[in-house]
Amino acid sequence: MSHSSQPQAKPTIVLVGHGMVGQRFLEALAAEGVTARARVVVLCEEPRPAYDRVQLTSYFSGVTPEQLSMTDEAFLAEHGVELHLGDPAETVDRAARTVTARSGRTFRYDTLVLATGSYPFVPPVPGRDSAGCFVYRTIEDLLAIEEFAKDATSGVVVGGGLLGLEAAGALKGLGVRAHIVEFNARLMALQVDDGGGSALRRKIEDMGLTVHTGVGGKEITANADGAVTGMVLSDGSTLDTDMVIFSAGVRPRDQLARDCGLEVGERGGVVVDARCRTSDPAVYAIGECAKAVDGMVYGLVAPGYEMAEAAAAAIAGTAAGEGFTGADTSTKLKLLGVDVASFGDAHGTAEGCLDVIYADSRAGVYKKLVIAPDGALLGGVLVGDADAYGLLRPLTGSVPPVAPESLVLPAGAGAPAQLGPSALPDDAVVCSCHNVTKGTIRAAVTEHRCGTVPEVKTCTKAGTGCGSCVKVLGQLVDAELTAQGIEVDPGLCACFGQTRQELYEIVLALRLTSFQQLLDGHGRPEARGGEGCEVCKPAVASIIASLAPTIGAGAYVLDGEQAALQDTNDHHLANLQRNGSYSIVPRVPGGEISPEKLIVIGQVARDFGLYTKITGGQRIDLFGARVDQLPQIWARLVDAGFESGHAYGKALRTVKSCVGQTWCRYGVQDSVKMAIDLELRYRGLRAPHKLKSAVSGCQRECAEAQSKDFGVIATAGGWNLYVGGNGGATPRHGDLLAQDLSDAELVRLIDRFLMFYIRTADRLERTSVWLERIEGGLDHVRDVVVHDSLGICAELEAMMAEHVAGYRDEWAETLADPERLRRFVSFVNAPDAPDPSVRFVPERDQNKPDLDILAGPDLPVRTLEGAPLS
Amino acid sequence: MTDVLTPNAPAATTTATGTARVEVRTGGVWAAVCAVDHLVPGRGVAALLPDGGQIALFLDRTGTVHAIGNRDPFTGAYVLSRGLLGSVDGAPFVASPLLKQRFDLASGHCLDDDTVTVPAYATRVR
Ligand code: SRM
Ligand SMILES: Cc1cc2nc3c(=O)[nH]c(=O)nc-3n(C[C@H](O)[C@H](O)[C@H](O)COP(=O)(O)OP(=O)(O)OC[C@H]3O[C@@H](n4cnc5c(N)ncnc54)[C@H](O)[C@@H]3O)c2cc1C
Ligand code: SF4
Ligand code: FES
Repeated sequence: MSHSSQPQAKPTIVLVGHGMVGQRFLEALAAEGVTARARVVVLCEEPRPAYDRVQLTSYFSGVTPEQLSMTDEAFLAEHGVELHLGDPAETVDRAARTVTARSGRTFRYDTLVLATGSYPFVPPVPGRDSAGCFVYRTIEDLLAIEEFAKDATSGVVVGGGLLGLEAAGALKGLGVRAHIVEFNARLMALQVDDGGGSALRRKIEDMGLTVHTGVGGKEITANADGAVTGMVLSDGSTLDTDMVIFSAGVRPRDQLARDCGLEVGERGGVVVDARCRTSDPAVYAIGECAKAVDGMVYGLVAPGYEMAEAAAAAIAGTAAGEGFTGADTSTKLKLLGVDVASFGDAHGTAEGCLDVIYADSRAGVYKKLVIAPDGALLGGVLVGDADAYGLLRPLTGSVPPVAPESLVLPAGAGAPAQLGPSALPDDAVVCSCHNVTKGTIRAAVTEHRCGTVPEVKTCTKAGTGCGSCVKVLGQLVDAELTAQGIEVDPGLCACFGQTRQELYEIVLALRLTSFQQLLDGHGRPEARGGEGCEVCKPAVASIIASLAPTIGAGAYVLDGEQAALQDTNDHHLANLQRNGSYSIVPRVPGGEISPEKLIVIGQVARDFGLYTKITGGQRIDLFGARVDQLPQIWARLVDAGFESGHAYGKALRTVKSCVGQTWCRYGVQDSVKMAIDLELRYRGLRAPHKLKSAVSGCQRECAEAQSKDFGVIATAGGWNLYVGGNGGATPRHGDLLAQDLSDAELVRLIDRFLMFYIRTADRLERTSVWLERIEGGLDHVRDVVVHDSLGICAELEAMMAEHVAGYRDEWAETLADPERLRRFVSFVNAPDAPDPSVRFVPERDQNKPDLDILAGPDLPVRTLEGAPLS
Repeated sequence: MTDVLTPNAPAATTTATGTARVEVRTGGVWAAVCAVDHLVPGRGVAALLPDGGQIALFLDRTGTVHAIGNRDPFTGAYVLSRGLLGSVDGAPFVASPLLKQRFDLASGHCLDDDTVTVPAYATRVR
């Protein structure tokens, strides 16, 4: 670099601040190849490297700090970045070109980049330093809030903007009664107008938050220990509270720049040009600490990213174009349960513009579009239903291809054909967090051969920021694949051209109880009259079983033709093991078991020589039973009050529990009882894949409920319901579906959720995959099961009620019927002969399969562990 | 067991009636195995041969009985009788219950690996 006084050494770039924008700057430097020829030093004030601040609140729904991280050792090592954690820059000497950090270390720089972000503004109210006062900006802030909230019952959030609402939602999730105090006359004053503000307020109040607008905090009162006890408002009233979170706006962190004499704006922000250079050409400023050429200090991440790219290009000497001259300030609220979005000229400040407004105060929906005289869409506000946001934002600036009214009218209110993503021009920015256009997304599919949304995300970064564009992204990827003629046959198997969901609808509508009827009437022509196959038979068996009470099929899954359809395990109501023996898993609801029942399990296992193991599902598996022993074993178990645990079925497995309030000092609800109730309610329910659940008695989550298909976590106010969690090879944390539910609300919501999943999922599609795949994702599922947007909730509940009423233990039923018992023989022509190939050898005081006896004349060409050898 | 035939299944063929017996040809002779009504249409059962060998018997929806060796050559376990019966282009097969490889019921050929075959037996019902 030209300013270097030591031309022989590598030039040094010092970055102050390792936040979102700082990290993006490092990535841009690396992409420009600068890291290969310069030394890069990063001073980071926080104790951890850059993380996703935009998703900060997701920490409270279970996302870990590690998951929020935006960088890793490998990136830093590969590009030789020297990162100093917990060591902020304290002074800059521009004449000497040095930065001194708190640790006392001094670094010479050729180029200095400030990316110090913002600090939360705390209004100067008396008492603001009391214990229990917080800001909401860093992971450390959240950890402190979480710890404090354990002993708090009520909290006040000062500020009703985007962040304030997020913070209030988080407090509520922590079981704290939350108040929002907003000085302006409406919530989110920056983004929404009056109409939107009142719709939003209704929504927020419906969620149980208390809103005070048009008042400010005057004083915070504290007790003798200096802990918050309340807040006096500007109208003289008081709120009793244990904690206060200030979220009254942010201010650029420009102190370092001020101290070294760089030009700063009147209201703060380091003044920069379009290349992000400050008044000193060796110093750049990017992100929230900078005041851009358009005079704006942006508080959003997307403009910061653009500045990071502009600065990196300038430093690399590759700058082209006009640099950073301004940005869009669209936002979508990530707060649970309320849809709020604003984009473009939301307040209609452009000359001669017109509003198109749709409002339904009863439903809390308010939508406004701002249209220019020439018909171009300028911006808008969406409250209560922000579905159209993903499409409207990229259309901003152009004349929409359909009449503006049709863009805001709800479906079913005479709205004409919905606008699809095909209407977007190629240069429309679909992902504003990463500035990705529709053209780039299409190219990812056509040129880079991405065939799925996750692949496109990795390839383009689209959708990896706030996530609000993912829906449109999915539609674009589908449209592009279809356009390319990459038509995947959606059919279930070689026998059926329909999907599982379509077959479900056919079976339901025609009340078909026979597989052969379904195959002969609706199968592919070449498969009609045949046997079906190993794919469709169990899938149809599961559909018929799920719908049994509704379509009038027998409740017993092995009656009549159904017996022939079931997978091997279901056919013997046990799990086939590698040597042809079976394992037995009695149901232990919630994992709670009496000593007497434990003793019975022990006796049965001992008497039949079964290997016993505590499973990962909080119950006990008994291995090594011959098929002819199954009825004898189950006779003993049923006698002792055990039932089938359906370990063999695509059905409810276990509802795990933690010990909960009854014993645990932290528990806030009876998690064991709830787990037992849920397990007994849904036992025997056949589904597209297995279903697992868990109930934890508090936020500590000892039952790991967030890794379950439906997981329940107790709160002070009731239960939080998470859905779509998964362990297995691709673990996924569940998404929070609803908060603070009463027992009855919880059960009703799970009823609907499960029945909707059963109705619409593909074969062998766990809830996690289904939730990711289904159009509209979690929002759609929430609309359907919480807001009843399809009007099917009553039907779903009725179907579940029928299931619950019709449940009977499969093993008890089997034992009661000699005809049914006939299948439990090793040999049809020698019912009393045991299978000689099922043998065992001892290991650690128990039995294990004798595999030597199975290694007969044919050497196995494929092993249980491995792929084909050929 | 005729009650398990669904209403629209072809009327029981002349070969598969309640009292008729299934015979399997092994070692050059026909060996009687069991009554046809011990078989469940669309599923299999295991049977012991006079020499102690194990076979898997299947009854398809046309009433035809098929027999192949019960040993799954991929795992060594004697479990093929517990697999699911299916058909491709009208030809019946069984999918092993362990690792799901399919075996043609007429020839014993593995449809997923042409180097593997299990014994197939001629059957008759009388
Ligand atoms: C017995 C047990 C292991 C143990 O000794 O602890 C077990 C055993 C099997 N698991 Fe599991 N899983 C067992 C708990 C789990 C858990 C833990 C849990 O439930 O909390 C998980 C992760 C949680 C989850 O499912 O999300 C788990 C994730 C799987 C998966 C991966 C599922 C996925 O969505 O990726 C499979 C494969 C599959 O189902 O396709 C699987 C499949 C199997 C199969 C069925 C494999 C097979 O086809 O033979 C094993 C059969 C056992 C048998 O024959 O009895 N098992 N398995 C556990 C039985 C729990 C119970 O009481 O019912
Ligand atoms: C809860 C929350 C939700 C948000 N939601 C959205 C959203 O939905 N959409 C959106 O666009 N934006 C959102 N934002 C704003 C977004 O996070 C910021 O715009 C973005 O983080 C700005 O990046 P930055 O790098 O400029 O600042 P930051 O990410 O704040 O990083 C600055 C870093 O510099 C460090 N630092 C400061 N001074 C020094 C020093 N002297 N020496 C060393 N280090 C220093 C700070 O500790 C900090 O780590 C949200 C913010 C919060 C807090
Ligand atoms: S989740 Fe909470 S209540 Fe349950 S055992 Fe753990 S700490 Fe106790
Ligand atoms: S718009 Fe935020 S991730 Fe795409």
